[in-house]
Parts: sequence; C-alpha cells; structure tokens
Amino acid sequence: MASSAAIMKQGVKVKKSLGDRIVDVIIYVVLGLIALSTVLPFLYVVAGSFATDKELTERAFFLIPHVWSANAYKYAVHNSNILLGLRNSILLTVLGTIMCMAFSLTFAYPLSKAHFRGRDFIMNLVIVTMLFGGGMIPSYVIFTNAYHLLDTYWALILPGLISPFNMIIIKKFFQELPSELEDAAYVDGATDLQVFFRVALPLSKPVIASISLFYGVGFWNDYFASMIYLRSAEKYPIQILLRSIILLSSTVSESAQDFYDMNGAPPDKAVKMACTVIATVPILCIYPFVQKYFTKGVMVGAVKG
Amino acid sequence: MTDEKGKQQKRRKVTHENGQRVTSVTLKDGTEYKVREIGTLQYVLKHKWLYLMLLPGLLYFIMFRYAPMGGLVIAFKNYSPFKGMWASDWVGFKNFIDFFNTPDFLRLLRNTLGISLLQLVLFFPAPIVLSLFLNEVYHNVYKRVIQTLIYIPHFVSWVIVASLTFQLFNVSDGIVNMLIRAVTGNTVNILSNAGAFWGLIVGQDIWRETGYGTIIFLAALAGVDQEQYEAARIDGANRWELMWHITLPAIKGTVIMMLILRVGGLLNTGYEQIFLMRNDLNIATAEVFDTYIYTRGIKQGAYSFSSAAGMFKSVVGMILVLGSDRVAKAFGESGIY
Repeated sequence: MASSAAIMKQGVKVKKSLGDRIVDVIIYVVLGLIALSTVLPFLYVVAGSFATDKELTERAFFLIPHVWSANAYKYAVHNSNILLGLRNSILLTVLGTIMCMAFSLTFAYPLSKAHFRGRDFIMNLVIVTMLFGGGMIPSYVIFTNAYHLLDTYWALILPGLISPFNMIIIKKFFQELPSELEDAAYVDGATDLQVFFRVALPLSKPVIASISLFYGVGFWNDYFASMIYLRSAEKYPIQILLRSIILLSSTVSESAQDFYDMNGAPPDKAVKMACTVIATVPILCIYPFVQKYFTKGVMVGAVKG
Repeated sequence: MTDEKGKQQKRRKVTHENGQRVTSVTLKDGTEYKVREIGTLQYVLKHKWLYLMLLPGLLYFIMFRYAPMGGLVIAFKNYSPFKGMWASDWVGFKNFIDFFNTPDFLRLLRNTLGISLLQLVLFFPAPIVLSLFLNEVYHNVYKRVIQTLIYIPHFVSWVIVASLTFQLFNVSDGIVNMLIRAVTGNTVNILSNAGAFWGLIVGQDIWRETGYGTIIFLAALAGVDQEQYEAARIDGANRWELMWHITLPAIKGTVIMMLILRVGGLLNTGYEQIFLMRNDLNIATAEVFDTYIYTRGIKQGAYSFSSAAGMFKSVVGMILVLGSDRVAKAFGESGIY
C-alpha cells in the first residue's frame, strides 16, 4: 500500500498531455455513472418507502420525497409476518454461519500442514466434489427420506457446512501464516489443538471475517433451499416472505390480481419498497465493517495453487 | 530437500532401525545428519488432534456430498419412495432415453445454451473492461469509493434483485415504464415477454456481478511491477500501448482461468434467479435444465426421471471443465487442475 502511494505521487508529477487528460475525465465520469447505476435503484426504493402512495404515482423519479411518511413501514409490520421472517433469518444466519465456520476452520487447519499424512487423499476427495455432485434430486431424496431434514433449518444448514472453495481459501491463509510463532508454541510443549486455538486462529481474523461474510450472506439471501425444504409458514425466512409480498402482486398474471381482490387490498407500492428495504438493510449494515477484509480474502483465493 | 543441498550431497542411505525409516545424508564437507521418519501409527498418535479436527468435516463430505452421488442410482431405477432407494427396480438407461426423447429436451438445451452464450459474450468481458478502467484511476480515494459501491449488488439476494427489477420495470407503475410512457406514449413489457427474457437475465447478471468480478482481475494487476509502466512511459509508450503490452498480459492467466470456469458452467444457469424471473408468459424461453429438474422432480415427484436429467447435466459439466482445462494447457496456459 505504502509503495503504491509513493508511485501515485510520482504519477501525479508526470505531466499529462491534453488528450490524456480528456481520456482521464471520460474514464472518471464513466466509472462514476457505473457506480451510480448500482446504488440508484436502492436509493430510489429507500426514498419511495418513505413517500406517500400519491407521490409515487405522480412523480416519475425522486430521491427525496416531498411528504415524509412512515406509514408503509407501519403497514408492513402490522399486516405481514415480516418481523417473524426477520427473526427467523437472523437465527438461521447466526446459527448457520457459526456452524459453517467451525467445520471449515477445523477441516482446513490439518490440511494446511505440509507434513500432514493423508493430505493429498483428502484434498482429492474435496476437489472431486467441486467437479461432480449428486445434484438436486438425489440430495433431496436422501436428506428428506434418510436424514429426515424436511421442514427443519438443518436442511438449510447441514448440506452447505463446508464450501470447498471457502475451505481452500482458509487453508491457503493458514499456510501463509509465519511458522515461527507456531514453532515457538510447539517448543513450549503445546499440542496441535492448543496451537490452533491460541496461535493460528488469533492471527486469522481477516480470513475469518471475510469467509463468515460469505457464509452469512449465503444464509441471509437463501431463497431456493428454504422454498424446497421448509413447509411451515412460521419458519419462513425473510426472502420467502419478501417474494410473496412483492412478486405475487406485481406480476402481470390475472390470477395474482384475483388473489388480491379476494384477500383484501393489494400491498401498495410503498409497502413493497419498505419490505425491500427491511430485507436489505441488515446486509448493508455489516458490509462496511467487513469490506476491508474480503478483498484480501478473495485475493488469497484467487492465486492458483 | 532443495536442489542446492542436493548438489552438495555426497552419500545418501536409507536404513531401518526399530521399524523406523531413517535417511542418512552425508554432505561433501563431511557433516552427516539423519532424518528419522516415524511410522504412520506413531504419526497419527502424535498428531491425534489434527485427525480429530478433520473428522467432522470428513463426515460432512461423506454424508452430504458423497451420499447424494451414491443416490444417483435412482437415475437407473424406477424409484418408489415406498420401496426405498435400494429395493426399487432397475430400469437401466430408460430414464435417460425418456429424457432425451421428450420434446422438452431440445427446448431446454436451446434456452440453457442461449442464456449461457449470451452471458459469455456480454457478461464475461464486463468485469475485465471495468478492471481496465479502474486500473487507469490514479486518484486512490475516488477509486476506493467506486470499488465500495460497485461491490454492493453482489451481496444482495436474487429475491431483492428480482423485486427491484419488478419495481423498476413493471408496466403499471414501474419507473422505467413511466419514463418511457412520458416520452413515447407507449409502454414496453420486459417482464413477461418471452423475447426479452434472455436479455433480462444477462442484464441482471451484469448489474449484480460486474463490480464484484473485478476483484480477481485487480488482484492480478496489483502484482504488476509499477516500474514497468514507468520504463515504458519513458520509452514513449502511450496509454493504449501500456494497456496492450503490460496490463493485458498481466491478467491473461486470470482471464483464461475464469474462462475455463465459465465454459465448465455452461449448463449451470443458476436456478434461483431464473426461477424468480420466469412466469407463465415467458416460460417458452425461460425454462432451463435446473428449473425443469426442480419442477419435474420436487413438484411433480418424478424423482428417477429428473435425477437422470440432473446426472446428464453434471456429467456434461464435468467434461466441459476438464476439457477446457486441457485445451488451456495445450495452449501453454497453466489451467486450474
């Protein structure tokens, strides 16, 4: 980082031609527009969620409502299970992430040791699963009929306990830890387990943070597995509820409209936006804290080996 | 043992003492040392904690990764939940033949490959181009702000992406159609138009993943020695020449690696996204292998038939990955395996 800053200073000193400056401006503007296009939909939805329905139909686009209103949030909280879904998603995400990290860290550590006997065999076992798998249907049949996981959160957590990709990133991180500290611990008579807990884990905060984010986001965002395995409505996570609130009423299909005619007023536009915000905000709150770690984590994984 | 030490070696002898393998090495300067290699049982006992740590994960791989592979036997059977996986009757390749003979097969193949190839042409180059743009930014704060913003969509669920798409593009009150109507007086129905579905999916992919996709290329570019650029600039190279001769060669290996992975995943269109965006009106172009397997298998209970369809997909996928890896190696690239 320090060296690149130094190079940057040199770069500023180099006098640029007019053509180069024009290209620079174009690049900066294009990048700015691209970044804007990624955040504008979110900003619009946040603004819309605090606006009145009248304003949403009259004004085409706005980022600051004329009249502020929290009615959409009140309606969403009172007339849907969104708070229950939020609670379910938090429970699933926390439990799932802790279990995934426990399994992945303990599995990756022995494999990070060059002397570990059986390492090649185990690694091949893992790599095969990256190339080939049983697929959706045999998994479903075994998990429901043999393991009886239907309608439990275990069906969402257990099948993904170790992502081979994440495990390899962790393993590489362990391999690159300076060996002097571990050696010193061994000289003091520490066991492998003690070295793992007292030396390796405390040094691995960046990789623990970024991989936890990857697993956590996976659980928070999961829709498909919940749809396949969960049957009781009171267990539904936020994504399932969000889809039922938003997509069912705004598809063009006539049957959806009939459904709402029979079941009372359709949720209005602001309510849909409020629900979208409620489901997005938790992820966006964690993101800034972990962002400084995850580029590093992904970079480690990006290097072939 | 490194080559340097190997050159100095004078004598190397392997003996066995008390059942231990002992390698004695004598160096040219006369020093001699012995390396005792302990037996496997002794090793396992000494490192029992490492093996115990490995155990839960190993159990996971057997129960949740390998058992479903074994479960693929039902693709060759007429699986009945009452008889169970093992007692169900064998039918050989009947399920596969049935699958290839349905009129659905060609439609699925066309839709899956159509979406994948469109992704390959439009979505695959997007992060590479964006990385090249970011590489030209020398203002570090601006660069970091842009990076922080463009990574965000990756962390948002497909349900949210789908709901944003609906809220922006739907015909009645979507903002895009409100703008289009204000200008032209007409509306464009993108969400339930079979002709627009592939573009819609690839557009969502580009919006969600382009920013995040730059990380791996920027990581490769971070390894480039900046003096190379300085030296080339002094030699009078302009911006395009620098990009062409320094930047692009630096990310070539990464590009090829990503290409291998993408070609290997040609049949994996991702079911969650497509499942969320398809509806009765665009189903003709929206049904792909993954959504079909879900519908036939889990919704309609045709377990054996859809297992055969899934196995076909997995086998072709594996051949594509290994094949493209082989091709990359034949062209002198390092490949991934």
